Amino acid sequence: MSKTLFDKVWTRHVVVPETSAHPATLYIDLHLIHEVTSPQAFTVLRERGLKVRRPDRTLATIDHSTPTLINADGSRPYVTEQAEKQVETLLANTEEYGIETHGWDSDNRGIVHVMGPELGATQPGMTIVCGDSHTSTHGAFGAIAFGIGTTQVGHVLANQCILMRKPKTMAIHVNGELGKGVTPKDVILAIIAKIGVGGGTGYALEYRGNVFEEMSMDGRMTVCNMSIEAGARCGMIAPDETTFSYLKDRKFTPENYDAACADWASLATDEGAVFDKEVHLRAEDITPMVTYGTHPGMGISIEAAIPAAADETDQGALDYMQLKAGEKIAGTHVNKVFIGSCTNSRMEDLRAAAAIFKNRKVAKSVTAIIVPGSVLIKARAEDEGLDKIFIAAGAQWREAGCSMCLGMNGDIGAPGDLVVSTSNRNFMGRQGPGVRTVLASPETAAATAIAGVITDPRNVETAA
Amino acid sequence: MSFKPLKTVTSRTLVLQPANIDTDQIMPAKFLSMTTKAGLGEHVFANLRYDAQGELTDHELNSEEGKACEILVAGHNFGCGSSREHAPWGLTDYGFRVVISSEIADIFKGNSLKNGLLPIIIDKRAHQWLLDNPGADVTVDLENCEVRLPRNGGTYNFEVDAFSRHCLMEGVDEMGYLAAQDDAIAAYEDERV
Ligand code: SF4
Repeated sequence: MSKTLFDKVWTRHVVVPETSAHPATLYIDLHLIHEVTSPQAFTVLRERGLKVRRPDRTLATIDHSTPTLINADGSRPYVTEQAEKQVETLLANTEEYGIETHGWDSDNRGIVHVMGPELGATQPGMTIVCGDSHTSTHGAFGAIAFGIGTTQVGHVLANQCILMRKPKTMAIHVNGELGKGVTPKDVILAIIAKIGVGGGTGYALEYRGNVFEEMSMDGRMTVCNMSIEAGARCGMIAPDETTFSYLKDRKFTPENYDAACADWASLATDEGAVFDKEVHLRAEDITPMVTYGTHPGMGISIEAAIPAAADETDQGALDYMQLKAGEKIAGTHVNKVFIGSCTNSRMEDLRAAAAIFKNRKVAKSVTAIIVPGSVLIKARAEDEGLDKIFIAAGAQWREAGCSMCLGMNGDIGAPGDLVVSTSNRNFMGRQGPGVRTVLASPETAAATAIAGVITDPRNVETAA
Repeated sequence: MSFKPLKTVTSRTLVLQPANIDTDQIMPAKFLSMTTKAGLGEHVFANLRYDAQGELTDHELNSEEGKACEILVAGHNFGCGSSREHAPWGLTDYGFRVVISSEIADIFKGNSLKNGLLPIIIDKRAHQWLLDNPGADVTVDLENCEVRLPRNGGTYNFEVDAFSRHCLMEGVDEMGYLAAQDDAIAAYEDERV
C-alpha cells in the first residue's frame, strides 16, 4: 500500500502499537535537551532512582537563558541569578548522567535546533524530540520531530520512548516560481495565514512541491520550524540530494553513507499515498510577508493594508499593536530590529541580511541586534566578513543564543517598542512587556533597519 | 508525579474571553528560569494579574472567588504556542482542575493531561453559553464524560482519550506504564537500534 513519509517513519518506531485503550509507545532516536525544560525532569529521575537509558542518544546545549554579551572581564552578564543557576543546573545534570553537552567551551554550542543539524545528529527517518515546540525544525531532514513537555522529557530520559497517538496527515503543496525577494520565511508565513494558527492542530504536515524541492536546507528548516505556529506538532520535507549533501562529513554522519542515503531516499511519500487533508498554494501569489497582530496567523503581504478586525479578539490585537485597519503596514515606524532565532539565524539568513546592510547605515532611531544561531555560525560569518558589514552599519553583533526571540536572557524591548523580528512568535509580551512584534524575513528586517520604517526588501538594491 | 484523582468537579467557572491565549500569556518567559515547579501559581497569567509596577490588579484572578474556581473557561484555541509545561503547572498550582474551550492546542493538551488538569474541547454552543455566563456553577463528570451546565444550559458530552482518562481518574502518571514495557523496549533496541 502507498504510504506517506510520515507513515513510513512512524511505523519504523512503533514499539507497542496503539489501541483504543492506550496510545502507541514510540521509540525516540534522538533526544535534545536544554536548560529550561529539563531540570524538573532530572529531579523526577532522582526521586525515583532512575538512570538515563540512552545517554548516547541524548545531546544537550545551553541557549535560552544564556547572555549574548560578554563583560569586559570575560564574565557573562546573566539577567538574574536564577538564570545562571538554571544554566549551571543543566551542566551539572548532564555531567552527572554522562550526556554529551555543548556548553560554554564547545564550538557547537547554539540554539538547540541549529546545533542538531550542524552536528549531523539530525538525520532522515529519525524520531527526534526536545522539550521545545520548535523541534519541528528537524523535520526539514525528513525526520518526525516534535516538541514535548517536561514530563515527557523525563519519560524519554528514563525509557527512550514516548506515548503518543498517531496524528492525521496534511500535505501542503506549494508549486510555481517564487518571485524575487520572496524567501522561505514568507512562504511559511503565507501558509500559516492561509490555514490559521489552529489549522494544523492534530496533523503532521508534509511540505510538498517544487518550491520545497528547490529550497536549501537552511530554507527548509525555516519552513518546518514554524509548523507549530499553525498548530502542527511536526512538519516534514522528504529527504533528497540536498539533504544528503548537507549531512555529509558531519560529526554524527553515518559511516556507510551511501547505504544510509539509499535507505533515506526510500522514505519519500509513495505515489498515490493518501493524506487526510491537502492544501495548495501558488508560489506566484506569495510576496514578502509581515505580521500585523499578536499571533503568527495574522500575516499579510507587505504591500497590503491591515485588514479589519473580524471580532473583539482581533480588535484587541490591533489595539495592542497600535495599528489601524485600512492603513498600509509598510512605512510604520520601528524601534528595534532583531535578526536571529531558530527560524532565521543560519548562514543564508545572515548573508541575505548582510547584502542589504552592506555600505548602508541603520537608521538613527533603530537599534538592530544580530544574533547568530550557533558558535559555529558566528565563526563562519566572521570568516566571510559579515560581522564587519553589520558593525559598520551600526548593528550589534552578539554571541549565539535564543536572545530576543523570547527574551529569557534579558534581551528584550522597552514597553511600546515596535520590533521587526525574524523569530517565530509575535505573542503579546513575548519580547518584553508591552513590546509589539512584527515577524518578517531577514531581508525585510534588514531593509527595515536601514529605513527606520517597515520596508519591502524588493525596493532595496543589494550589493552583488 | 502522581496527582489527586479527578472524577467529578463542581465549581464556579472563571472565564477568559479572548481567543488564542498562548502559553506565553499563561506563563511569561521570565518565570521559566525556575528549576522547580512549586509556587508557579503565583505567576500564572502574570501580565493580567500584575501591573507594570508589580502591584496586583483588580483582575478576577486575584479575587477570593477567582481563586476558588476550579474550572477555567477560555476562548477558542487555548494554550497555543510554546511547549512549556510551566503553563499547566501554573494553572494547577493556582487551583484549576479543568480547562474548557472550543479548541485546545495539542502540546498544551498533552501536558495538561500529564499533570492532573483536564482539558475539555466542547461543542461550540456549550462554549458560547459558558463564555456568556461567567461564574456559572458547572459540573464536569469525567466518569460519564459530561459537562452539566446549570439553569437549563443543558448537558454536553466531551471526548477524552481512554488512557488519559484512566490516568486522571486513578491519579497515576505514565512513567510507570512505560517502565512496565521495558522488555518490549529492550527487544526493539536489540532489533533496530
Ligand atoms: S530561538 Fe526562540 S523559538 Fe527557537 S528555541 Fe530559542 S526561544 Fe525557542
